[in-house]
Amino acid sequence: MSFEPKIVGFLCNWCSYTGADLAGTSRMKYLPNVRVVRIMCSGRLDPTFVMKAFSQGADAVLVAGCHPGDCHYQNGNMKTLRRIPLLRRTLAQLGIEPERLRLEWVSASEGERYQSVVNEFVEQVRKLGPLNLELDPSVERAAG
Amino acid sequence: MPKKIGVYICHCGSNIAGTVDVEAVAEFAKGLGGVTLAKDYKFMCSDPGQDMLKEDIRSSGLDGVVIAACSPLMHELTFRKAALEAGLNPFLVQIANIREQCSWVTEDRALATQKAKALVAGAVARALSHEPLEMRRVEVQPSALIVGGGIAGIQAALDLADAGVQVYMVEREPTIGGHMAMFDKTFPTLDCSACILTPKMTAVGSHPNIQLMAYSEVEEVSGYIGNFRVKVRRKAAYVDHDKCTGCGLCMEKCPYKVDSEFDQGLSKRRAIYVPFPQAVPNKPVIDRDACAYFKKGKCRVCEKVCEPGAIDFEQQDSIEEIETGAIIVSTGFQAMDMTAMPQLGYGKHAEVYSALEFERLNNAAGPTLGKIVTKDGREPTSVAILHCTGSRDENYHRYCSRVCCMYALKYAHLIKEKIPEAAVYQFYIDMRCFGKGYEEFYQRLQEEGVRFIRGKAAQVWSGKEYRAIATDDTGLEVDDAQLVVQAEDTLLGKLVRVPVDMIVLTPAFEARDDAEQVGKAFLLNRGADGFFLEQHPKLAPVSTTNDGVFIAGGCQGPKDIPDTVAQGSAAASKALSLITRREIEIEANTAYIDEELCSGCKNCLDICPYNAIDFDDEKNRAVLNEALCKACGTCAATCPSGAIRARHFADDQIFAEIEGVMSI
Ligand code: FES
Repeated sequence: MSFEPKIVGFLCNWCSYTGADLAGTSRMKYLPNVRVVRIMCSGRLDPTFVMKAFSQGADAVLVAGCHPGDCHYQNGNMKTLRRIPLLRRTLAQLGIEPERLRLEWVSASEGERYQSVVNEFVEQVRKLGPLNLELDPSVERAAG
Repeated sequence: MPKKIGVYICHCGSNIAGTVDVEAVAEFAKGLGGVTLAKDYKFMCSDPGQDMLKEDIRSSGLDGVVIAACSPLMHELTFRKAALEAGLNPFLVQIANIREQCSWVTEDRALATQKAKALVAGAVARALSHEPLEMRRVEVQPSALIVGGGIAGIQAALDLADAGVQVYMVEREPTIGGHMAMFDKTFPTLDCSACILTPKMTAVGSHPNIQLMAYSEVEEVSGYIGNFRVKVRRKAAYVDHDKCTGCGLCMEKCPYKVDSEFDQGLSKRRAIYVPFPQAVPNKPVIDRDACAYFKKGKCRVCEKVCEPGAIDFEQQDSIEEIETGAIIVSTGFQAMDMTAMPQLGYGKHAEVYSALEFERLNNAAGPTLGKIVTKDGREPTSVAILHCTGSRDENYHRYCSRVCCMYALKYAHLIKEKIPEAAVYQFYIDMRCFGKGYEEFYQRLQEEGVRFIRGKAAQVWSGKEYRAIATDDTGLEVDDAQLVVQAEDTLLGKLVRVPVDMIVLTPAFEARDDAEQVGKAFLLNRGADGFFLEQHPKLAPVSTTNDGVFIAGGCQGPKDIPDTVAQGSAAASKALSLITRREIEIEANTAYIDEELCSGCKNCLDICPYNAIDFDDEKNRAVLNEALCKACGTCAATCPSGAIRARHFADDQIFAEIEGVMSI
């Protein structure tokens, strides 16, 4: 069987989770690989959540929040926007391709966008192949 | 003691069961650690479903519940309530969203079932780490602040005050009334705007429950739903309004004149002035920038003539603090500056008017006493009204301003009434006459001989300009005093050029220039068009994401008077339903700072969007003001020492959920 990635999705409650719900109410079909963990705001995304997901065997992590300017809590998403590049760098040092972490803005009315974000990302991760931390020699080096 | 979790898989008729093998998921759940019982049921949200849940909680002594059903945004509250009724803390309920985010979006039954299992495993793991939380109760101040005294604010103020609520109304101008006070007639009924507005303005001014703060601005807002504290700057009027009798002698004698804002610069007012005769409050203010005494240190004529001795050149701005339970923001809109569209010649050709200018020109109390005349005193024989200037236009504003079609028709009617032989042209894209009685008004105007040209005006020339560019194959005779409008008539499919004596533009409604600043003060979000954003476009049209703050009128988007008044009343009723509760429950899942762990780095202080975190210098620790916390959890993500716990979304709880969803 071909490789089916497991992806953890952290969705903010107000926009992206609602947008994902809208995709459902509109019966838009998309790939089932993303398992969603709801957080109140994308600003809640502690970097350790991402690390935890990878350490539990996730092949990729999707983070989605309100569009800039629309965050339910003013600007939590802007904090996330600044955290993600740092996090990506850290991932690279651990031997994890930074593309395995993706940040997207999905509003409550963008069910269709959520659908395409998920489909595209799954496709992209399929190409990247499974994340295999133990087998990656760069992990050893980074840890040592 | 190990936890006992009950898991319920809802069929939702065939909505879930049609795609997800619910029995298999229930079977799977039984095998998860901590699960005491797992069932599947047709409709969990139905009364029998809830009764079963309650019965199980009681008889099996469950201390955690997982409902795998529709989105938590749909029924989390329902199940929390059911749990509470059975004696279980509502925060021990966890929802697995296997409908919106699983059965409805997945085609393959096996894959959908697999995903549902993963989501249930996540929910069970999370439920095992849940802790009971208490809702906090706070008192609500029995008062409301209304910011902006246009018709939306006036309506809200009167509704609330009549219900016995103490109302504070803050208005930046020297008088309330807003845009509506400038209008002559209102469409489609053609009642006189002043006749319907003035009594309401007076009622605001004299209502025992309304404290009117005109010529004032909100400086700072702190606090939270039910308990806002607001600082209001009372601008110095240089007139002691307690002493002033409003006799008006000062305004008569003041030797300095400047353009009247109220009359759109079509007339003059004095340096000491009330904007218009029916102003509320009807007490003058001195315009520092126009007053000779402030500019040159000489004059003080007003002081000399003021018998009660009300003039006070030493007056200073003062700050007043009010406490209020609810806030209604009704700060209105602004008309787009038409010089931004130079092709229409506004500001260049004297006979091109903005809508508000035309309102004043046409107003019986306006600069011409209601005579429609050109600047050199001629009665126009032809007038063109150009629709959608700045609206429905990629280059300016994409949105429709919603009122221009109707007031353009109103203008045509009023011109025809005053100058029956005048030719009136409407250059329109589409006629949007959607309100009650609007379509009928449109039909009436068609019968009144108004000419409708379906085409957006693209260019306006003066007579001279036109003669210079015209190749004159049209045979159009144009004299110097005339203007020429060019448009593509989309019904005829050809270019038309129409010479007229006067042009009226319909400037787009815009968010006010200071909307960003006002939004920041009241923690309001704004849409792409700059207007304040309601909490839900259909179901929460006057609520905002800042609890206890409501919006009404033109600040939320372009709208006509009926809709504005409806929103004013709607906002008042929302405020009233908050105030009459006296006590409200607020977020239980606020953050929590562990003093032991806090290292005093202060990172969280700046990160909190609500200034809910203070610093205790003595202890060198961050301190959380729970009443201000809105539970976004951003501080918890930021704290490098792990000292901040985002209750109900704590690290260990999220970790547990991650482990769960990844377990299969
Ligand atoms: S609430 Fe959606 S990103 Fe903050």
